[in-house]
Amino acid sequence: MSRPFLEVHGLAKHYAGRDGGPSAPVFENVGFGIERGEFICVIGHSGCGKTTILNILAGIDTPSAGTIIMDGREVDGPSLERGVVFQAHALLPWMTALQNVEFGVRSRWPAYGPRKVREHSARYLEMVGLAHALDRKPAELSGGMKQRVGIARAFAIQPKMLLLDEPFGALDALTRGTIQDELLAIVRKTAQTVFMITHDVDEAILLADRILLMSTGPHARIAETVAVDLPRSRTRASLHHEARYYDIRNHLVDFLVDKAAKKEAAPS
Amino acid sequence: MPVAQRWRSAILSLIILAVLLGAWQAATRSEEGTAVVDPAYAALVGKAAASGGKTPFPGPGEVGAELWRHLEDPFYDRGPNDKGLGLQLAYSISRVLAGFLCAALVAIPLGFMIGMSPTLYQAFDPFIQVLKPISPLAWMPLALYTIKDANSSAMFVIFICSVWPMLINTAFGVGAVRQDWLNVARTLEVPRLRTARQVILPAAAPTIMTGMRISVGIAWLVIVAAEMLIGGTGIGYFVWNEWNNLSIANIICAILFIGLIGMALDLLLARAARLVSYRE
Repeated sequence: MSRPFLEVHGLAKHYAGRDGGPSAPVFENVGFGIERGEFICVIGHSGCGKTTILNILAGIDTPSAGTIIMDGREVDGPSLERGVVFQAHALLPWMTALQNVEFGVRSRWPAYGPRKVREHSARYLEMVGLAHALDRKPAELSGGMKQRVGIARAFAIQPKMLLLDEPFGALDALTRGTIQDELLAIVRKTAQTVFMITHDVDEAILLADRILLMSTGPHARIAETVAVDLPRSRTRASLHHEARYYDIRNHLVDFLVDKAAKKEAAPS
Repeated sequence: MPVAQRWRSAILSLIILAVLLGAWQAATRSEEGTAVVDPAYAALVGKAAASGGKTPFPGPGEVGAELWRHLEDPFYDRGPNDKGLGLQLAYSISRVLAGFLCAALVAIPLGFMIGMSPTLYQAFDPFIQVLKPISPLAWMPLALYTIKDANSSAMFVIFICSVWPMLINTAFGVGAVRQDWLNVARTLEVPRLRTARQVILPAAAPTIMTGMRISVGIAWLVIVAAEMLIGGTGIGYFVWNEWNNLSIANIICAILFIGLIGMALDLLLARAARLVSYRE
């Protein structure tokens, strides 16, 4: 049996407690694998350490225990091989949309001339439908457009893997739907491997091949993995006509509600 | 509506000016003295002294005439004790700019380093906290003793008073750059130097500019006092010299110009600040 593209083993994170010793881990024994070209969504209540796991995968946070191996190499720092779309878009406000994308492209291919960098970056902004807004500053863009720039920036460096941290959390429902469709189309076209955090059950069912359900922290772990066995050609319009859709949806919602109920019942 | 409002405030400003000038005029009307002295003596010492009145505080008319005289020929130079007001202001401005620029060259790179490293920040902090509240003029004797040149000492005093706001603001601005933006640079494997140039510097630029604006304001306040001490040239020396001449009208002119130049310096840096500001 071949090893998966990304392997995560025994990941744990705990912060220093009040007495100086380690406090209870936010999460522990987190392990999963991601195949090349797979779209994975993580769902869990806030405080279970989803974002921390993503940051560790991105290399901007360090785990207290555990290892991550991507494509045969250990992950021990940030890398252009993993593109990140941040929760709050994190565009640099003094740069135009194009300059924001160029910022990463120049770093990915230092040998590119200015012309080549510009063409390459513009192509990715066109891909997310922003050909008309290349020279606008983030403050002049709507929330959805900003997040599109963030997505273009992550795709433009052609990473081996894409990490998305609740990328649509701050968007209104209509904009979110449109961008979900766009993201899905691009991911399918480029066969991109994706790890995405969300708290939206429908979003996860629409986008993911597999959904990782995390229990609540502290001592959070991956409680369950749900394979979304719906045809890959599903769209937002057709999703709720799929026979299996409601089964999966009910299963996910039950999980989230049950865990929440259990947490409230348990003395803290 | 904003246009109408601007007109209203302009008219109000003019009214305030008129009231101030009127009050000034009324307050400085010279009273005729009653003491009677020998007419020959009176002719000798002048009317005011002879009648027992004091040298009157100049009214707006006299100051206006004096102002006109200065504006007509601001750059004349008739020896060390008689130079045009424009020339004196130019001396002061050049000292302020020289000291201020030297301070910027030291404070901004140093502030950058301190802001990027919490260890350096804590190491430098006690020195900054102790040195910052010292009146810059207290350094004057030390400067004169070591540099042995009045002009350079004045510039040093300007340097030492401009350095702190810029240093503190730069360190603060650099230290407060949003972690998100730094994470973007890290995940894109942007080299440290390019991160400093393209992320940290533009992010901190508005805070740094605010520090520069505070610094130039303080420098302009301090130069007048510094020049009163060093003498020779400059607007501060001019004010003190005119005090010795008891030429109150000239002092008032100088005060007016000090205010105007200070405003211009502040405006200039406010413009520059607008160039580097960004909207989130």
